[in-house]
Amino acid sequence: MDKRSANAAEAISAIEDGAVVMIGGFGGSGAPIELIHALIDKRPRNLTVINNNAGNGRIGIAAMIDAGMVAKMICSFPKSSDPRAFTEKYLAGEIALELVPQGTLAERIRAGGAGIPAFYTPTAYGTELAEGKPIAEFDGRPYVQERWLKADFAIIKADSGDTHGNLTYNKAARNFNPLMCMAAARTIVQVSRLVEAGGIDPEHVVTPGIFVDRLVQVPNPQQEEAMIRAGMQYEGGIYP
Amino acid sequence: MTEDAKLSSAQMAWRAAQDIRDGAYVNLGIGFPEMVARYQPPGRQAIFHTENGILDFGDAPEPGKEDWDLINAGKKAVTLKPGAAFFHHADSFAMVRGGHLDVAILGALQVSEHGDLANWRVGSKGVPAVGGAMDLVHGAKQVCVITEHVTKTGEPKLVEKCTFPLTGVACITRIYTSFAVIDITAGRFVLREKLPGMSMEQLQAQTGAKLHIEEPVGDLVTPAL
Repeated sequence: MDKRSANAAEAISAIEDGAVVMIGGFGGSGAPIELIHALIDKRPRNLTVINNNAGNGRIGIAAMIDAGMVAKMICSFPKSSDPRAFTEKYLAGEIALELVPQGTLAERIRAGGAGIPAFYTPTAYGTELAEGKPIAEFDGRPYVQERWLKADFAIIKADSGDTHGNLTYNKAARNFNPLMCMAAARTIVQVSRLVEAGGIDPEHVVTPGIFVDRLVQVPNPQQEEAMIRAGMQYEGGIYP
Repeated sequence: MTEDAKLSSAQMAWRAAQDIRDGAYVNLGIGFPEMVARYQPPGRQAIFHTENGILDFGDAPEPGKEDWDLINAGKKAVTLKPGAAFFHHADSFAMVRGGHLDVAILGALQVSEHGDLANWRVGSKGVPAVGGAMDLVHGAKQVCVITEHVTKTGEPKLVEKCTFPLTGVACITRIYTSFAVIDITAGRFVLREKLPGMSMEQLQAQTGAKLHIEEPVGDLVTPAL
């Protein structure tokens, strides 16, 4: 078994117009910048993007939005230190938003990966984010029914990966990544270090390879927060 | 009352920190509530949780030493303490909703006498963003608010009914303000401590719902910070 792709462009080549795409990361930690930028080079349109945030600065998801590729964001916090890309399109009515509480977003994704079509949570009960959703009482407390969330693709950043797709992550860059690996029909992962099967201690595997379809090695990957602080932007093809 | 006759942000944070026991698992909301971590009493060490997947994180690193894969929910760089752990978001919110945290301390726009909290949105304009606030108000054994007692324009933040969009219903049990410490029990504000220089009438006049007294009210006294 060998899930390696030759490069980022090949790894994301199946993502077409209209796809629902989960993108890992929380802010800049765990954001698969090289895969996102390869997707910008291919430029599929009318995408639904699922992420905790909605991009920052002029790179990553923000650059996808700037390029007109994103029709809808499903996220918990579409604000950042430089939220221009999303804010401008949202206020102009050019991008849709489904706002989901952060823990509900995580659990909806987990449920999607775990084959659980709906679940009940206390989160958002009595608030505008629960409007229209079924409510049920358990042991005297009200809960909100939430649906699973699945995607056509997940694009993910991990630290180490082996040829079977087993993954480890770097510190808090783990965040949504293991959940999204489970919840997408096809999961594409960039890893800093790609090793042969057996190169990761099975005791240390965080995401088992069954949840991973394609892997591409990106040694010394860009870190989104560091890029933003350096004033970098991405418009496709090159870093100006 | 003069403008000086209220607790500073640091003094409010100090007061809240006095109630956190040694070994407690604690989540502090982004922004002002994070200040509570600075004032743990000597000999006590709480374990701080951040929604994005760390238990037992510490202070910010020195400038220039940041690792942007090691951040808190406010996306600020942090450090790790011995015994820290990483986990993914579903585990992180299982800790929150599952009743595993001892204390969550959040900021507020308004808190009602029924324990309803509004802290995520002022109105319907602009870009809405909720993050983990609606999750954090459920599950911790105690969910507290730390806030100025009144707004910058003098409007009460402790009210009979919230007018801003709600974050959660009947979720808050204790409030630390710049004037007082107040518990919420059975749909009532119960005054526990107040600034010694403030009369009951003065405090009630700045509060948007009735303050109840069940036992002698303590003096809210803090160090000069």
